[in-house]
Amino acid sequence: MRIKNLEDLVKIKEEYNSKMAEYNYQILVCGGGGCVSSKCGEVKEALDRCLKGYGLSEKISVITTGCMGICALGPVVLIKPDETFYTKVTPEKIAEIVKSHIINGTILEKYTYYDKARQLYIPNINDIPFFKDQVKIALRNCGQIDYSSIEAYIAKDGYFAAAKALSKMSRQQVVEEIKKSGLRGRGGAGFPTGIKWEAGLKAISDQKYFVCNADEGDPGAFMDRSILEGDPHSVIEGMILGGYAVGANIGYIYVRAEYPIAVERLSTAIEEARRYGLLGKNLFSTDFEFELEIRIGAGAFVCGEETSLMASIEGRRGEPRQKPPFPFERGLFGKPTIINNVETLANIPPIIHKGAHWFSQFGTERSKGTKVFALAGNVVNTGLVEVPMGISLGDILFKIGDGIPQGKAFKAAQAGGPSGGCITKEFLNTPVDYENISKIGAIMGSGGLIVMNEDTCMVDTA
Amino acid sequence: MPEMKNCTCSCAKENDEQKYKKLAELMKQYKNSEGSLIQVLHIAQAIFGCLPLELQRYIAQGMGKPLSEVSGVVTFYSFFATRPRGKHVIRVCLGTACYVRGGKKIITRLEEILGVGVGETTKDGLFTFEVARCIGACGLAPVIMIDDMVYKQVKPEKLENILAQYN
Ligand SMILES: Cc1cc2nc3c(=O)[nH]c(=O)nc-3n(C[C@H](O)[C@H](O)[C@H](O)COP(=O)(O)O)c2cc1C
Ligand code: FES
Repeated sequence: MRIKNLEDLVKIKEEYNSKMAEYNYQILVCGGGGCVSSKCGEVKEALDRCLKGYGLSEKISVITTGCMGICALGPVVLIKPDETFYTKVTPEKIAEIVKSHIINGTILEKYTYYDKARQLYIPNINDIPFFKDQVKIALRNCGQIDYSSIEAYIAKDGYFAAAKALSKMSRQQVVEEIKKSGLRGRGGAGFPTGIKWEAGLKAISDQKYFVCNADEGDPGAFMDRSILEGDPHSVIEGMILGGYAVGANIGYIYVRAEYPIAVERLSTAIEEARRYGLLGKNLFSTDFEFELEIRIGAGAFVCGEETSLMASIEGRRGEPRQKPPFPFERGLFGKPTIINNVETLANIPPIIHKGAHWFSQFGTERSKGTKVFALAGNVVNTGLVEVPMGISLGDILFKIGDGIPQGKAFKAAQAGGPSGGCITKEFLNTPVDYENISKIGAIMGSGGLIVMNEDTCMVDTA
Repeated sequence: MPEMKNCTCSCAKENDEQKYKKLAELMKQYKNSEGSLIQVLHIAQAIFGCLPLELQRYIAQGMGKPLSEVSGVVTFYSFFATRPRGKHVIRVCLGTACYVRGGKKIITRLEEILGVGVGETTKDGLFTFEVARCIGACGLAPVIMIDDMVYKQVKPEKLENILAQYN
């Protein structure tokens, strides 16, 4: 089917939701990169077998999602509607869980989240401290929906923003909305996205390009990967909106070669979008057309920098060049090009759908919205978190991250990759936003936070 | 990238002539699309396993580019290999997170088990041993990647069991 307008989207949403409402339970199995390597595939197989054995396959829907965030406890499983969260699930445990939770209606507490500090089990996902303090905008669907289903994305108001922008807003209005939202680039530098788009819109050329930077080069960072794997349509929709706003009809997504699963899921999503008429000619019955291609990197650190990334898309050695000219003047193949990071783009659809005003209620004066961080190293809850800008580093590491394992002392957190800086204990109260982080000599970077305990030798890691 | 997938599974059965023919066909498709050299190299490496000089020359001809340009690209990107690789490629992540959680010990133990150093291929041609920049699984550090499979929280003692699954 070809989607022609908002009504078509609403119809798909309603059909999907009523189909889901017929199921007694939805069992969400995390299929994020972390849980895949903890063998969630075996858990899903065992679950399917088990439900079949009880003759329940028709009554319960089993959904594979993207990363739920708490990768250290994988494989993880979420049961809806009661929102019970099971951790470190194995094929044996899932059989017990089905018997107790689904058949007998009793939550199997011993396999739910255990809070070591308070020494109690917390079965409901919304009561777990790790999830409670998060605000999810870029990760809104990650771990919540079937990443492989475009209907599931549409059921969460997916592509509603694209429909709205293309049929009701001028290019200039889209640019204005993004400017008003205060969104800044999440790829590291924090450049205001609306201002970049305005430059793209004003550039005069017969051809413009829109590029998504999915090279994610900082060690310790896996936010972009999780978005691509868990909610690929949010990036595609962000690109359609960006392409429309600046007047580009060809888009490239440059993904690093180390992310084969992301490439696979993104390719499937692009094909789906094309089949539904959301990529190609005459989008939403307008004369706007947009085509999207994936380009795969080949393992070179510098390609995350935008000029070398463009050289790489052109099929050349990915060597950076001097700016100016800036990409919006002379970019890919010598044409005006706007380039944004994955997380930046995932923020775009909700801003257009819900409005700049809604978005700018989150965050601080000069850093609006949220930031996704990848917690790694010596911290209990390693994984992926999204928090409002301005939260303190201490809250991220100790409230959400649950502190340092084995009661060790905190030494430092490396933010912004090797070129960033280490944040030590005395700065744990610093609000995390672009300005304050740079004041203490670190940089926001793309969001990798690597925690080091007292035993880590700082000289070796630099 | 569907072409790459099909190739890795069917190509073992093909002889060189068939491989060159297949590559020539693909190059025809790609030649006129701007900036597709890296995509062609990915495909060629999937078909042939590596990109030795004579293959680079063939690609240069097929794409209508000077050999120096093709070689320049091949040598720039670490994913492209000019010498035959083992049947399986082991990549040990040496990103900061993996380092903090003991990545270096993994390297030492792998050197012992495989009997070769980083960048080398075992004598039986089974494994090529490489280190990688961050592979994006830092929440589960230390990690290694064998072909497309990521192994998490690897301990040196677990390595032999992991490798035993490959033959
Ligand atoms: C050495 C270097 C590495 C970079 N690596 C990345 C990266 O991995 N991902 C990314 O999105 N931006 C990276 N950037 C920033 C890009 O050049 C560019 O500013 C960014 O993609 C723009 O998107 P944004 O405005 O949405 O942040 C890097 C910059 C430099 C100088
Ligand atoms: S991959 Fe499952 S929680 Fe992150």
